[in-house]
Amino acid sequence: MQLPPALCARLAAGPGAAEPLPVERDPAAGAAPFHFVARPVRFPREHQFFEDGDVQRHLYLQDVIMQVADVPEKPRVPAFACQVAGCCQVFDALDDYEHHYHTLHGNVCSFCKRAFPSGHLLDAHILEWHDSLFQILSERQDMYQCLVEGCTEKFKTSRDRKDHMVRMHLYPADFRFDKPKKSRSPASAEAPGDSGERSEGEAMEICSEPVAASPAPAGERRICRHRSVSELFLKPVLNMCSVLRILGCTWAAALLILNSER
Amino acid sequence: MWSRRQGRLRPTVWSAGVYGGSEPRVLGCALRKARREQQLVSKRLLRDDAPEEAGEGCVAAILGETEVQQFLRQAQQGTEEKEREGALVSLRRGLQHPETQQTFIRLEGSMRTLVGLLTSNQALLQLEAARCLHELSHSEQSTVAEACLPATSYLLTYLSGHSSDFIELCLYTLGNLIVESEAVRRQLLPQGIVPALAACIQSPHVAVLEALGYALSQLLQAEEAPEKIIPSILASTLPQHMLQMLQPGPKLNPGVAVEFAWCLHYIICSQVSNPLLIGHGALSTLGLLLLDLAGAVQKTEDAGLELLACPVLRCLSNLLTEAAVETVGGQMQLRDERVVAALFILLQFFFQKQPSLLPEGLWLLNNLTANSPSFCTSLLSLDLIEPLLQLLPVSNVVSVMVLTVLCNIAEKGPAYCQRLWPGPLLPALLHTLAFSDTEVVGQSLELLHLLFLYQPEAVQVFLQQSGLQALERHQEEAQLQDRVYALQQTALQG
Repeated sequence: MQLPPALCARLAAGPGAAEPLPVERDPAAGAAPFHFVARPVRFPREHQFFEDGDVQRHLYLQDVIMQVADVPEKPRVPAFACQVAGCCQVFDALDDYEHHYHTLHGNVCSFCKRAFPSGHLLDAHILEWHDSLFQILSERQDMYQCLVEGCTEKFKTSRDRKDHMVRMHLYPADFRFDKPKKSRSPASAEAPGDSGERSEGEAMEICSEPVAASPAPAGERRICRHRSVSELFLKPVLNMCSVLRILGCTWAAALLILNSER
Repeated sequence: MWSRRQGRLRPTVWSAGVYGGSEPRVLGCALRKARREQQLVSKRLLRDDAPEEAGEGCVAAILGETEVQQFLRQAQQGTEEKEREGALVSLRRGLQHPETQQTFIRLEGSMRTLVGLLTSNQALLQLEAARCLHELSHSEQSTVAEACLPATSYLLTYLSGHSSDFIELCLYTLGNLIVESEAVRRQLLPQGIVPALAACIQSPHVAVLEALGYALSQLLQAEEAPEKIIPSILASTLPQHMLQMLQPGPKLNPGVAVEFAWCLHYIICSQVSNPLLIGHGALSTLGLLLLDLAGAVQKTEDAGLELLACPVLRCLSNLLTEAAVETVGGQMQLRDERVVAALFILLQFFFQKQPSLLPEGLWLLNNLTANSPSFCTSLLSLDLIEPLLQLLPVSNVVSVMVLTVLCNIAEKGPAYCQRLWPGPLLPALLHTLAFSDTEVVGQSLELLHLLFLYQPEAVQVFLQQSGLQALERHQEEAQLQDRVYALQQTALQG
């Protein structure tokens, strides 16, 4: 197929439309038995016309027609440790380190050091766990925002929100990143020696998920962690919310005692 | 920009062997059959090509139930991180086998454990767990895909993270699962996959964007997509972002553009709300991209360009059928003559490298010229009639389309037919009249009729070149005889 030499020049030149030649149709043009009508054609999704191109697309995706894909090997480097304070995880590949960093040191709550998979969940956590104003407002209006991106529903309690997420969004009832704030249990302590690893949401659930064959051994406990009340007092920054929480607990406890005495 | 592809997959020259050789031809036939039965399922598999450590050997063994349990237990409860990771690596390799996949999903609690590892705070364990899921997603059994349902909310959650490799893995996994099971799609939509993708599309990472395009293209191909999926996609910010990825310029990445061009094609050919896309500037973006493609085709031998050209042609062709294409004043939004020049450069490229795509290019040419005197004039003034005629021998389908485009020009009246005459047109028509295919002959008759009507001098030459004999061959053909007779009369009277 030979193209006129001027065509490439036309492509390279500026935009423009040809001044159309005059159109002058004779009614006899469309007279029977002739039936040609100039019209744009539309092909719907499954039309056979698309067969060849679709097969080609399929093969592309299936890598059949690819050249040897030289996916570069993970570049190895001399072992180095994570520089974040308190974390001494060691790596010999930059990709691994990147993932570690984003997972554990990326969206980290500056109050309680919990790590979250996204900024969105971190923001929700900070609001619901560390913002005293949130607590106050939530007594009067629906403040618990649905955690699904794009959903603007808000709820009175985290329980209601969870119900919504399960019912409307088909989320699992034990969604790891939606743990309600629990009152602190003094009995469970931070696991010692876990260099810089933080829980996401709250407790790691691995220890409570049985694999069919074997029970969880005692050694697993180190992964589960809860914040202890004593640890809160040791934190250099003791925020207002924590104080209120503690006072609130005390007050609620007092109320219970009063009620039971009646 | 075009000479070096980034991202994982690079196409090669589509060797003539695919259509010419024996084994490849069998493959081609099987795929075409699958497409007709709507079972053409494409899935990507990000298999780790790096040689594995510890001399494990290249062929992974099928794992039995005990071994699967053992690896899961080690991953979950092992004391050394390397040991736990290693257990998951072994599991992942085993999961390359369908038998192991079946064993895994039948084992009670296995998916729960895997999801627990996926959401663990140990980054590398999490990554390996995700790779296991990815292997499972490649299964052709919908039961395996459905067994992965508990993981989907987490895969979506992780799309808003920052670890680009991990996000890429999650996207390909989601894309694979989407294809395999309607149950998965029914869950993913309320779980918010559309907003999650809309947020993720703003990632600066090319590999993530390519993966996102893949996942989206699989979602858009679902049977229920026109009713249940495309409306919410059109209501999101995804269309604008997709079009941005298709704008020619230094930032255009071919791998990413291919995916989003296919996404657009699936949306457009479903005809849900194409005027909305036109409103977002789809026509002008795609038109400019076509120009860019034609420029690239001239410069490089990279035959992968047809992978992008195909969906772009389809999008443009279908969009041109929308009434919204006419702006105030009745002018077509797409008026740049360079589009015709670009299209012919692509047609030549297809002619040489990919003849199966010629019909798609000619389809666009038909839609450009059908209602546009300006584009018809361009074909004449740019001397494109002869190149067009050179395509006639390719196939019957191509012949019919070439003749249709010529009819589009001829039907506009004497000013146009004068430019078609004299020249190679009449000899070409006499040649196509000798074809046995009824449609080719029928279209030739239509064109002859227009030529005789608007350029009566052609009749004499037709007669001199044994035109009547050419017509006589088809007098008995039911679909043709009326037109043959009419032309014979015209010729004899003229």
